[in-house]
Amino acid sequence: MTSFFLNGKSVTVDDDPSTPLLWVIRDSLGLTGTKFGCGMALCGACTVHLDGSAIRSCVAPLSRVAGRHVTTIEGLSPDSSHPLQRAWIEIDVPQCGYCQSGQIMSAAVLLKENPKPTDKDIDEAMSGNICRCGTYSRIRRAIHRAAELAVEKRPS
Amino acid sequence: MNPLDNLSRPAVQLLSQEPSLLPSTKTSRVARRDFLKSSAAIGGGLCIAAYIPELAARQLENSPADGSVFAPNAFVRIAPDDSVTVIANHSEMGQGIYTSLPMLLNEELEADWSKIKVEAAPVDAAYNHTVFGLQMTGGSTTTPSEWERFRKMGAMARLMLVDAAAQKWGVPASQCRVEKGVVIHTPSGRKATYGSLVTAASQLKSPADIPLKDPKQFTLIGRPTRRLDTPSKINGTAQFGLDVILPGMLFALVARPPVFGGKLVSFDAAEALKIKGVRAVQQVPSGVVVIADRFWPAKIGRDKLKISWDEGVNAKLSTSQMLADFSKQSASAGIVAKKAGDPAAALAAAAKTITAEYDVPYLAHAMMEPLNCVVDLRPDSCEIWTGTQFETVDRANAAQVAGLPAEKVQIHTTLLGGGFGRRANPVSDFVVEAVHVAKIAKAPVKVVWTREDDLAGGWYRPMWHDRFVAGLDAAGNPIAWTHTIVGQSITEGTPFAPYTINKEGVDSTSVEGAADLLYGIPNLQVDLHSPKIGVPVQWWRSVGHSHTGFSVESFFDELAHAGGRDPFELRRKLLANQPRMSAVLNLVAEKAGWGKPLPPGRGRGIATHFSFDSYVAQVIEASVEKDGTVRVHRVVCAVDCGRTVNPDIVKAQMEGGIIFGLTAALKTEITLENGRVQQTNFHDYQMLRMFESPEIEVHIVPSELSPTGVGEPSVPPVASALTNAIFAATGKRVRRLPIRAADLVAGSEVKS
Repeated sequence: MTSFFLNGKSVTVDDDPSTPLLWVIRDSLGLTGTKFGCGMALCGACTVHLDGSAIRSCVAPLSRVAGRHVTTIEGLSPDSSHPLQRAWIEIDVPQCGYCQSGQIMSAAVLLKENPKPTDKDIDEAMSGNICRCGTYSRIRRAIHRAAELAVEKRPS
Repeated sequence: MNPLDNLSRPAVQLLSQEPSLLPSTKTSRVARRDFLKSSAAIGGGLCIAAYIPELAARQLENSPADGSVFAPNAFVRIAPDDSVTVIANHSEMGQGIYTSLPMLLNEELEADWSKIKVEAAPVDAAYNHTVFGLQMTGGSTTTPSEWERFRKMGAMARLMLVDAAAQKWGVPASQCRVEKGVVIHTPSGRKATYGSLVTAASQLKSPADIPLKDPKQFTLIGRPTRRLDTPSKINGTAQFGLDVILPGMLFALVARPPVFGGKLVSFDAAEALKIKGVRAVQQVPSGVVVIADRFWPAKIGRDKLKISWDEGVNAKLSTSQMLADFSKQSASAGIVAKKAGDPAAALAAAAKTITAEYDVPYLAHAMMEPLNCVVDLRPDSCEIWTGTQFETVDRANAAQVAGLPAEKVQIHTTLLGGGFGRRANPVSDFVVEAVHVAKIAKAPVKVVWTREDDLAGGWYRPMWHDRFVAGLDAAGNPIAWTHTIVGQSITEGTPFAPYTINKEGVDSTSVEGAADLLYGIPNLQVDLHSPKIGVPVQWWRSVGHSHTGFSVESFFDELAHAGGRDPFELRRKLLANQPRMSAVLNLVAEKAGWGKPLPPGRGRGIATHFSFDSYVAQVIEASVEKDGTVRVHRVVCAVDCGRTVNPDIVKAQMEGGIIFGLTAALKTEITLENGRVQQTNFHDYQMLRMFESPEIEVHIVPSELSPTGVGEPSVPPVASALTNAIFAATGKRVRRLPIRAADLVAGSEVKS
C-alpha cells in the first residue's frame, strides 16, 4: 500500500510501487484530467505538480510520491479560477484540448517561479509540452495574459 | 500486391449495409457541385446519398414523447429550464465544430447563447453527412455540409415555439418576435420563455415551409464567438475516449506483428500471466491480446510475451529501395489524369526546359491522444465509446465482428484528442480489434494503444515522388508543364474506390492539387503511377494536397527563378483568370510586405494552394544558421473560405494547420527497414515545439459566398512557402522532406 496526498486529500492505493504515477491517478483513483501521450516524458501531457514542482507523471514511479503532495489539473483551482485557466478561456487556447492539462500545469509552475515571464522564459519552460494542434502562439499569449490577471483584482 | 491484402478487409460493402446509404433521388440542398469539383478527404465525388430533410426533421426514437422536452427534430432539444441541447452529428477533434454547429442552429433559434449545451449524436441515418451520406467527420466539410441544415433545424424549432405562444395568447404569430430565448407579443408586450412553451410546442406539427434569415440579419454567424468546449478543456473534465471508465472495466493491450501483414506463429504467455492483475492472454486476429485489471499490468504483461511471427511478404520493405523504385518509375509517364494542349511539342519548342524531382515520406497522424476504444459487448448489444470520425463505417464493421445487426451496435462518440484523418479508418481497425478483444474479455474492456503502437500502426500519409519537366519561352513564361506522380492509392481496396478511382485507374485523391492546377499554362500533363506496397495508407490532414502543395508550388518557384521572374509576380500573372486566388495572393503579399527589405540572411517564400474549395496563400520568412538549422521567423496567411461562421475558429485552424505543415516540413518522416517502422516515439518522430513556433498572422478575405473548408487548407502551402524562403535566403533548393540540416550547412550542396 502506498499513501500520498492528491489535490490535498490523503489517498492510499495498492498498485505496485513501480507503477507510474500517471496510471495510478487515472486508473486507480479515477482522475482522468492528466493525460497519457508518450510514456517517456517526451510530450508533457501527463504533467502534474509534486510538492509544487512540475513532473512528468508517466515516468514517476508511485514509490517516489509516497507521503508527498501531488496536484493535478483537477486540483489547480476549485472553480477554474486560476489566472491561467481564465486566460485560456479568454484567448480560447484549446483546439482538441488533449494536451492542455499538461500545458497549464507546466505554465503554472513557470508563473509561480517567474510571475512576469518573457517570451524566452516561456520557450524554455514550455518546450517540453507538445501540442499537435499547434496552439503554441495562443499558449504564449495566454501565459502573458495570465501574468497580468494574476496581479489584477479577482473578479467578484 | 494489394496493400490491404494482408489486413482485415472491410467487413461489409457499405452500400449494402444500410438502406440510408443508397443513392437518394433527393437533390442536395448544399452546393453539391462544390463537393464534386474538389477531391475532399473522403474522395472527390463521393455523393452516395444526399440530405433527406424528412429524416433530419423527425424526432429520434429515444426522444421523450411526453412533452417534457421539446425535440422538434434530431438536432435540438429544449427543456423547461430553458436549456437548449444541440445534438452534434460531427465529431469535435479540435476544429471547433461543437461551437460552430450551435452557432448555425442558434442563428435561427435565437435562444440565450449562455443556455446552449452540446451533445454528441448517436449513430443514426438522420445524422448522415448531407452529401457523403455517412455519419462522419472529414474532408473539411462539416460547415459546408451543415450550413443550411442546422439553420433550418433551428428555424423549425423557433417557428413552433412562436406558434405555441401565439396560440396560447390567441394572437397571430406574425405579431410575435423572439429575443434571447423569449417569445414576445409585440403589441401587448406579453412574454413567454422557450422553456415555458415546451409542452405546448411539442403538440404542434412541424411547419412545412421554413424560411431562413437574409444573411444581412445575422447576429451570431460571422462574429468571433468563444468556444463552448474550452471550459471543460482547462479543468480536466473534458472526456476523451481514453477517459471513459465503466464499472468492472478491464484494460487491454495488443501485441501486433513487427511487419505489416505479419502473422502469429506461436506465443508463450507464461511470464505475462505471472504479473499481478493480468487476467488473460489470447490470440486475436491482429495479434496477441493481454487483458488486465489496469493499464499498467497489461503493459508489463505484454512486454513479457514471447512471440514468434511469420513476417510475410513485407519483411524486406525499405525506404531507400522505395525511393529508388519511385524515382525510376517516374521516368516514364503513368496513367494520364489531366491533359491540355500538346505538352510534348511545347517542351520541344521551349527556349529552356527545367526538370526536378521531389520526395516526401510516409507520415503518421500522431494525434496527442493515442488510439483507444472501449467496448461493452453483450449477447444482444454492443456499445462502443471512442473518439471516431467514422460512425457509420465503424458501426457496420463492428456489427459484422459482433455478429449483431447494425442497429444493435451503438457508438458513443467522445471528444477526440486529435483526428487528422486517422480516426476515419476504412476498415475501422482500432474499433474492430476492440470488439474482438471484448469477445474474450467477457466484460467491458478498454483497448489502449501506446505511443509506440500508434506510430508503428500504419495507415500513414503515403510516400510520394513527383517528377516535373517544364518549358519556358524566351521571356521566361511557362508554356509547358508535365508532372508525373508516384505513390500508393489510399482508397484502392476500400469501399470508397468506386467514388475516387476512375475507369482509367486514377485515384482523384492522389492527383488533387496537381490535376486541377489553377495556373494558366497552356500545355499540361499530369499522370500517375500507383505502386502497390504493403504499407497501409489513408487520408492525413489535407490528403493528396499534402504532397502536391509542396511539389507544385516549389517547382513553380523554380520556374520563376529559372525565367528570371519574381515568384509573386509570375503567380499573379498566371492566376489572372482566378479572381479569388488572385485576391488572397495580393492580400498576403501586401500584409507580408513582399519585396520590402529583410534583415540580412533572411529570405521570403510565397506559395498558394486551392483545396477543399478554399483559397490560401502564405508568405514565410526564414533563415538558415551555419549548422543548417532552419529558423522560421514569420508566417503570413491569407484565406478565402467563403463566409466565415466563427472568424476566431478560422484563424485558429489556419494557425494550427501551419504548425502541422511546419512539423511535416522540418521534422517528421516514417521510414522502414527490413519491413519495420524505424520511428517509435516523440524522440525520433519529433513535433514542432514552442521554441520553434513562429509568429503567425492570419487574414481572412471577407466573402458572402457559401462556407468552404477550413480544417485542412492551410496545411498544403506551408512546406513550399518555407523551402521557397530557404532558396531566397541561401540559393539552396530543397526537394525532399523533411528538410535536413545537413543539406543546408554552409558550403554544402542539397542532395535530391
